[in-house]
Amino acid sequence: MLTAILTGFLFSIFLVFVGRFFKGKLSILASLVPLGLFIYFTQFIAPVTNGEVIMRNFEWIPSFGVDLGFKLDGLSLLFSLMITGIGFLVFAYTSSYLKGHEYLDRFYGYLASFMGAMLGLVLADNMITLFVFWELTSISSFFLIGFNNTNPASRKSAMTALGITGIGGLFLLAGALLINNITGTYSISEMLTMSEAIRGNEFYFLMVIFIFGAAFTKSAQFPFHFWLPGAMKAPTPVSTYLHSATMVKAGVYLLMRFTPVLGGENIWNYTLIAVGGFTMLYSAVHTIFRTDLKGILAYSTISALGILVFLTGLGTKEAFLAAAVFIIVHALYKATLFLVTGIIDHQTHTRDVKRLAGLNKIMLPVGIAGILAAISSAGIPPTIGFVGKELTYESALHYESLAIFLMIGIVLTKIFLLYAGFVAGIKPFVGKLPEEHENVKMPGFLMWGPPLLLASLGVLFGVAPFIIESALIKPVVTAMGADASEIHLALWHGFNIVFILSLITIGVGTAMYFMIKPSKKLENGIARLDFISPENILEQFNKIFVSVSNFWTNFFQNGYLRNYISIIILFLVVLVGYIMINETRFTIDYNSLSKITVYEITTTLILIAGIFYTVFTDSRLAAVAAMGVVGLSICLIFVFYSAPDLAMTQFSIDTLTVILFVLVLYKLPKYLKLSDYKTRVRDGILSTIFGLIVTTLALEVLSEPVSKEVGEFYAANSYIEAHGKNVVNVILVDFRGADTLIEISVLSIAAVGVFGLMKLRLKMKDRRRYADRSLNEENLKK
Amino acid sequence: MEILLALMVGILYGTGIYMMLRRSMVKLILGIILLGNGANLLIFLLGRITKGAPPIIPGDSKVFTEAFADPVPQALILTAIVISFGLQSFAIVLVKRAHTVVRTDDLDEMNATDEDS
Repeated sequence: MLTAILTGFLFSIFLVFVGRFFKGKLSILASLVPLGLFIYFTQFIAPVTNGEVIMRNFEWIPSFGVDLGFKLDGLSLLFSLMITGIGFLVFAYTSSYLKGHEYLDRFYGYLASFMGAMLGLVLADNMITLFVFWELTSISSFFLIGFNNTNPASRKSAMTALGITGIGGLFLLAGALLINNITGTYSISEMLTMSEAIRGNEFYFLMVIFIFGAAFTKSAQFPFHFWLPGAMKAPTPVSTYLHSATMVKAGVYLLMRFTPVLGGENIWNYTLIAVGGFTMLYSAVHTIFRTDLKGILAYSTISALGILVFLTGLGTKEAFLAAAVFIIVHALYKATLFLVTGIIDHQTHTRDVKRLAGLNKIMLPVGIAGILAAISSAGIPPTIGFVGKELTYESALHYESLAIFLMIGIVLTKIFLLYAGFVAGIKPFVGKLPEEHENVKMPGFLMWGPPLLLASLGVLFGVAPFIIESALIKPVVTAMGADASEIHLALWHGFNIVFILSLITIGVGTAMYFMIKPSKKLENGIARLDFISPENILEQFNKIFVSVSNFWTNFFQNGYLRNYISIIILFLVVLVGYIMINETRFTIDYNSLSKITVYEITTTLILIAGIFYTVFTDSRLAAVAAMGVVGLSICLIFVFYSAPDLAMTQFSIDTLTVILFVLVLYKLPKYLKLSDYKTRVRDGILSTIFGLIVTTLALEVLSEPVSKEVGEFYAANSYIEAHGKNVVNVILVDFRGADTLIEISVLSIAAVGVFGLMKLRLKMKDRRRYADRSLNEENLKK
Repeated sequence: MEILLALMVGILYGTGIYMMLRRSMVKLILGIILLGNGANLLIFLLGRITKGAPPIIPGDSKVFTEAFADPVPQALILTAIVISFGLQSFAIVLVKRAHTVVRTDDLDEMNATDEDS
């Protein structure tokens, strides 16, 4: 099973090397990959029908409980078959749709890795594995939406989609960690047995929020739905595959998968009903405002996802059954409609539904596919769509308390969806062929074959629902935690209230199709409301976010060294100063201090004079000389207080620094009066406070006891172990010899740097440029 | 004497920071040097100062027989002095170099990486 999942990734890696051979006629061979996988998964139909659940576990990070755990039950099988089956048709279709495209190999690579990720997602039993594959689908979707990477709109849509679904992925991870915290496992099958404990936990609410966050973003539920219409910038095969048949259903899959674990509580059910219900109605109504075929399909897809969420929320056996059937119904008709749209776009170069009509005369098989799909979408017998719609109505009708509201919602949705299906599947093919399309050609078999096959399956399953009943539907209902033994699918349910509602739906919807014509006016009308759309709000938020962070960054990272230093020092002064005011005791034990002699007073005075001379002199040479005085005074202090090694080092280093300074000084500029009086006072105050704080700090530390343990260790072992009598030297060259070695390396690097900087000569070109610049400056000064 | 030394450490720190806040590059380096000296002195002071007892074992014995100055801060400071020399010399040469290239001593005119700004 792991191999099956990895096949997609392996294939796309394989394409990296041999991709260029795949761009031509060989490209059709790519479709063998999903076909092979489809055949592989069909072999599981029989065992799953018998109620078997196939588990595979591969250890990944056992210490964290993270395994590559896979589980194949009814739900996973249904999705796997859809992914590979529709995948096969889409792969085949693509080879004709993007024939001769420069980056066809790349496209197949993305598609194949998406397929692998999606299979991993629906088969994963470990939540971390699920999360990884979940994010992989988002990433491959990003590349596919942005496939036309020269188009800015396409890139923007890809970013939006990645942003929204990526955030959802983080929700999933958070949910996984939280559930793991309570159950101690990442395995979903094990969580099933702990459902009671999870539901009773005080963090149940949070878990539900996280899982909903993941599912709603992925499955484009309101208010996160807007990335999906944007994702239609992708080539049509992608829209077919990712954004209607498989990936967007991942959210629904997650909800179904977790229904037995988290479901059954009011918050779970009512939230799903509310969000799903609102989304399905909102998007269904939106379809009448669209004139772009793909726009219509995008909104009707969101609506269908809303229906699935809604049905999952109902939580009854009937609803699960309806959901299972509707997944198949939707995958079949929506994929067909997308593929048909792709053909129309490819042949006529327009997707504007206002300009399309009468194409039946040119591409009859495509027309048949489109019309069959539209009928299935409308739920007209004898298609599987009819079965699905009847089940949906029935489950809403039997939901005691809210039946009437739910019925109104679902019937209205279905009416609008019927309209949308008719506009997308029937309108382009009937009526009079416009002149502009008279020269349109019939597409090749690879293009019209897949949609026709899918549409025919829709009819076949409708006429003979028993084909899928026990093999696909029942195991799904079982997997969702309901008893599936008494389920029986049938086309004819008898003359009852549900049937009457169906008739009303079909009647009103058809009437709408004839009365409302898609027009620019309607589209512009809804566009006026864009300012309150979630998409727009998010965009505004993004803009504010970017400008605030720009301001923040520019405020602190303004490129002026002294501002950085000022801020650091100011922060330190405030923080340390605050603690000092509260904590300092100012007690000094004068007896413990060493006595002051005349030498020391003199040295100190010289030192202080040197420091202030360095700071306030106007001459650079004098400043450097005073600097030397400061160094030598410190050297003297070292001598007084038993540090001969330090004194020697300080002496030589100080001399060297002064010499170096003087050597390069004649090349350095004269001091300029760069700052005004006010700045200097301000800096002076800041520095004085800082100096005071350091002094106080030093005095405070002096009043604390000191431990000389380390020093005593070195003193005791210096001669005995290292055979040296100067302890400081022994520490440096023996005990901490490695440190000294590294120090020497640092010095050598600095020396190399100094040498390099001294010897570096400017290139002739640069030198001229700098000369020009200084010349200009001089001219300006004049 | 400790109080005097602590005061001097404070002065070195304060003046060091003050010099670093100037716009002139030469002053920046002088500030760094002052600050470095202050830090050395601070470590020296906090390791407690001892008069007339260098950490050198007398000629004929194997261990110290009398009080001695703590060798650990001294070892640390020795390292610090040497490393700060590396830093200073590099900085001095870098400043010289920067000056030949951009013809300014004003740090404010160097805050952009782009050549034309």
